[in-house]
Amino acid sequence: MHQDAEYWNPEFELLDREAIETLQLQRLKETLERCDRSPFYKEWFQKAGFDPASIASLADIARLPLMDKATLRNTDPTSFLTVGMEDIVRMHSSSGTSGQATVIFHTAGDINTWSNMVARCIYMAGVRRSDVFQNMMGYGLFTGGLGLHYAAERIGAMVIPAGSGNSKRQIQLMMEFNTTVIHIIPSYALYLLEVFKEMGVDPRRDTHLRIAVLGAEPHTEGLRSRVQEAYGLEAFNCYGLSEMSGPGVAFECPEKKGLHVWEDYYLLEVVDPVTMQTVEEGEEGELVFTSLCREGMPLLRYRTRDLASTYAGDCACGRSHRRISRIKGRSDDMFIVKGVNIFPMQVEKILLAALGIGSNYRIILDTIESKDEMRVLVEVSGEMWHGEVNELNRLKAGIAEELRREILISPVIELVEPGSLSQTEGKAVRVTDKRNQARRD
Amino acid sequence: MAQQINVFAQNQPGRLERLTQVLMEIGINIRAITISGSEDYGVLKLLVDDPPKAFEALQVEGFSAFMKDVVAVVMDDQPGGLFRVCRALGERGVNVEDAYGFVVKDRQTAILVIEVEKIPEAEEIVTGAGFRIMSDEELYSL
Repeated sequence: MHQDAEYWNPEFELLDREAIETLQLQRLKETLERCDRSPFYKEWFQKAGFDPASIASLADIARLPLMDKATLRNTDPTSFLTVGMEDIVRMHSSSGTSGQATVIFHTAGDINTWSNMVARCIYMAGVRRSDVFQNMMGYGLFTGGLGLHYAAERIGAMVIPAGSGNSKRQIQLMMEFNTTVIHIIPSYALYLLEVFKEMGVDPRRDTHLRIAVLGAEPHTEGLRSRVQEAYGLEAFNCYGLSEMSGPGVAFECPEKKGLHVWEDYYLLEVVDPVTMQTVEEGEEGELVFTSLCREGMPLLRYRTRDLASTYAGDCACGRSHRRISRIKGRSDDMFIVKGVNIFPMQVEKILLAALGIGSNYRIILDTIESKDEMRVLVEVSGEMWHGEVNELNRLKAGIAEELRREILISPVIELVEPGSLSQTEGKAVRVTDKRNQARRD
Repeated sequence: MAQQINVFAQNQPGRLERLTQVLMEIGINIRAITISGSEDYGVLKLLVDDPPKAFEALQVEGFSAFMKDVVAVVMDDQPGGLFRVCRALGERGVNVEDAYGFVVKDRQTAILVIEVEKIPEAEEIVTGAGFRIMSDEELYSL
């Protein structure tokens, strides 16, 4: 591959709108045909009175019901398969979800398609075979690590599979192997600056960093600017979700005016999260995706709960794939801390088990020394203790340990007096996120 | 049986003030008070002249409060008093969970309040060692 080319897959990246939609319709028909072989979809189609052969236009997809995480959680994942289990080469599971984890199965073809898609993303950002790509994301069930790893290798860059954490080692690796590209969680990028300082290393002067892929966590333009400024590099926003294979579903081009959704791989709908009707172009709504190339486990009309808007018109980069804004929020109450998806219900479940009774609680998310901090405030009621301070200390330690097991990060537990979290009206506010205020500098 | 009140309180300015205000407003007299603290919260133990009334008022005000059975031992306010009580309990394997003392009459009488798991056994041991257990009426009317 000539790596002075501007595009990784020009034949797909440069399709005009009409050609994209023609391709989408063809792939949608193939996907539906394939779905008709899966026990889950067979029943799903039947229930909806939907004949997969009746699809004549992309808009016809709206005749199918939407599907969400609950559908995935409550269904045996193998029943989605359109191939035999022997054709599956890998599974991934979403990070720290509420209740049962959701599982996605991949064929060799799926891994290949996904790797190519992510390679397209980072090639677009300027990653080339001469680069040294330090992948600072968790490897494992989480899709962030392996997704980018395969992509960077496909381009021919040298990958340093550093994984997450171990900050000093990360910096040592950067120095020793002349890392030029990092894939990193944005809040961790900020935190790492403190470690650079401690070590007396200036990332601008003492490293060869030139590109950062920021992923796994919604972040602000202000945060990106800070990372670019402090590290002296170009940072690109990466969007994805494990249900749609993982990172790289949408990615910023050098214009940085929105993230291109790869529409040859996905059919994007933006709907009003209440009425479920498609919103006007440019209006904020929930992103709904249908996979168009997945063999093993296609997903149709999957609700992401992520809120964003689309940008109208062609992009100066030459691509006609539609662009979405940064993720502006969630249509449910899920929040993300250090790259882990967390639902208040998970915290509630642990508290109930630890205390034996329901308790008023509040989750406070904050940025402390450039790092995400999660605090859980729990009201101490008369039913949960017998008047001794040791009991409370044990209770606190027990809750912390159980939460760490459930959500994989360690929140700070604070016991507060009864009534201090109550509010006079409206729905209980379970989560107060102060992180964005802190980052808007 | 004598009772004290244990109250959960956050380690914050104004909390102790609020708690004592509640008790003052209903005319509760505090005999003794101790605070066992942790970093961000603590437990206050109050020996008062009317525990049920104080308990109820604190509950109404939203405090997480407990009525806790305790043993009030009458001692001479002289060197060695506490030692003899502790030795008697220790010899019989009774663990003192928490304790505090206060003087009722200078150089004459002191009260040792102890929290133990097995109250009847502790009372028997202490009485057997020659000490008197103060009744709750007597304690509250001090």
